[in-house]
Amino acid sequence: MKSKVTLTVNGKERSAEVEPRTLLAELLRDHLGLTGTHVGCDTTQCGCCVVHVDGKAVKSCTMLAVQAAGKQVTTIEGLAKPDGTLHPMQEAFREHHGLQCGFCTPGMVMMAVDIARRRPGADEKTVREELEGNLCRCTGYQGIVEAILSVVNPGAVKDHHHA
Amino acid sequence: MHNFAYHAPASLDAALKLIGEKEDGKIIAGGMTLLPTLKQRLAAPSDLIDLAGLPDLRGVKKEGGHIVIGAMTTHYEVATSDVVKAAIPALAHLASIIGDPAVRHRGTIGGSLANSDPAADYPGAAMGLNATIVTNKRAIAAEDYFLGLFETALERDEIIVSVRFPIPEKAAYQKFRHPASGYAVAGVMVSKTGAQVRVGVTGAGPNAFRARDFEAALEKSFTAEAIKDVKMSPDSLLSDIHCSAEYRAHLVGVLARRAVAQA
Ligand SMILES: Cc1cc2nc3c(=O)[nH]c(=O)nc-3n(C[C@H](O)[C@H](O)[C@H](O)COP(=O)(O)OP(=O)(O)OC[C@H]3O[C@@H](n4cnc5c(N)ncnc54)[C@H](O)[C@@H]3O)c2cc1C
Ligand code: FES
Ligand code: FES
Repeated sequence: MKSKVTLTVNGKERSAEVEPRTLLAELLRDHLGLTGTHVGCDTTQCGCCVVHVDGKAVKSCTMLAVQAAGKQVTTIEGLAKPDGTLHPMQEAFREHHGLQCGFCTPGMVMMAVDIARRRPGADEKTVREELEGNLCRCTGYQGIVEAILSVVNPGAVKDHHHA
Repeated sequence: MHNFAYHAPASLDAALKLIGEKEDGKIIAGGMTLLPTLKQRLAAPSDLIDLAGLPDLRGVKKEGGHIVIGAMTTHYEVATSDVVKAAIPALAHLASIIGDPAVRHRGTIGGSLANSDPAADYPGAAMGLNATIVTNKRAIAAEDYFLGLFETALERDEIIVSVRFPIPEKAAYQKFRHPASGYAVAGVMVSKTGAQVRVGVTGAGPNAFRARDFEAALEKSFTAEAIKDVKMSPDSLLSDIHCSAEYRAHLVGVLARRAVAQA
């Protein structure tokens, strides 16, 4: 029952033989070796698995690999420049202590980039609402919210680490 | 997840042929409800028929006094549609507070109405805005559409094509959001068109319904004050780990008053 799925991942065309029930998260991690995308809950709650499909944040544990055929997928591995320079959002998470254990971070950063695209100038309340589908067990969110604000609305940052 | 065969038809006819042939087949739209259900092995369809390749089922348009939304239009698309925001801002607002951004990028209005989760938002809008659910076979008034818990008038081989909303003079949606899931513990959509008032309630009962006592009082006077003494009976409402039927009955009254004040 396997079939070949071809899609573009981080700008490169990739193919894999998958079952219809194979999830996009499994395709990325197990077939393509892109283990930066994490699976925290597998029940569409935590957002650790967020990637962009055709430019929009989606939970890759709740999309079939076959549904991504022909689409443009961006994962956390696709954000930094080839020379290792971090994406401004990754840099902001580093700067504002937006991570501790790092498990939620790939999904957080991918959602953060999506928020920056959709909600430039967002205030703190909006950023917190936009993070509804991303859970973090470590940071208490403050550093994450500040990191995102520093990119979308720098004037709104009340930085507790740099005060 | 049990395995299944996957089909991505390119036309409604091809999709209908497949659903006709595959007796244990199921439609997949955004997959935001169906895939979690399959993971829990609560369903084991032989085939999944994906509607994502049918462009005709996607998009929003204004037709005379109606807004027509394709079944495959995502919550994000409804929330950000200039047409919806201009004609029925309460509907755009409702779509903007469903789940989270990633869910809104995939989940669809057709999927939400086909599923008829008691705590889903769109069923409340369909009732409160007097919508019509248009399928490949017929047009079903919202009132005749919701039959029970996860139960609708849809036949097994019937596909929702679009949803038609008459544009009201004013409307507002108020939801008491479950803090963990985001679903409605109760939600009320109130609309007024001429002398007619509709009050659609979701989250409180096994399926969305009209609160007719509220409607009658509001048709006399469209003010929050007019319904302050109208009581909702808890008799057919839901009791669960989140709250009792009595609590929900009270909540519906509060939300209805807030919605009227906001409209
Ligand atoms: C974390 C999370 C939070 C959520 N929060 C909310 C919330 O706050 N409020 C809310 O209302 N919902 C919420 N949802 C549900 C979400 O809105 C779903 O998108 C929606 O209920 C189902 O739409 P779908 O397009 O994903 O449908 P699918 O999951 O693909 O399908 C659902 C059902 O509908 C059938 N179906 C789909 N399309 C059609 C069609 N056109 N014709 C006939 N049958 C069809 C399918 O066969 C299936 O049985 C949440 C979901 C998640 C995962
Ligand atoms: S792993 Fe996908 S939402 Fe948690
Ligand atoms: S940093 Fe550990 S879960 Fe977020």
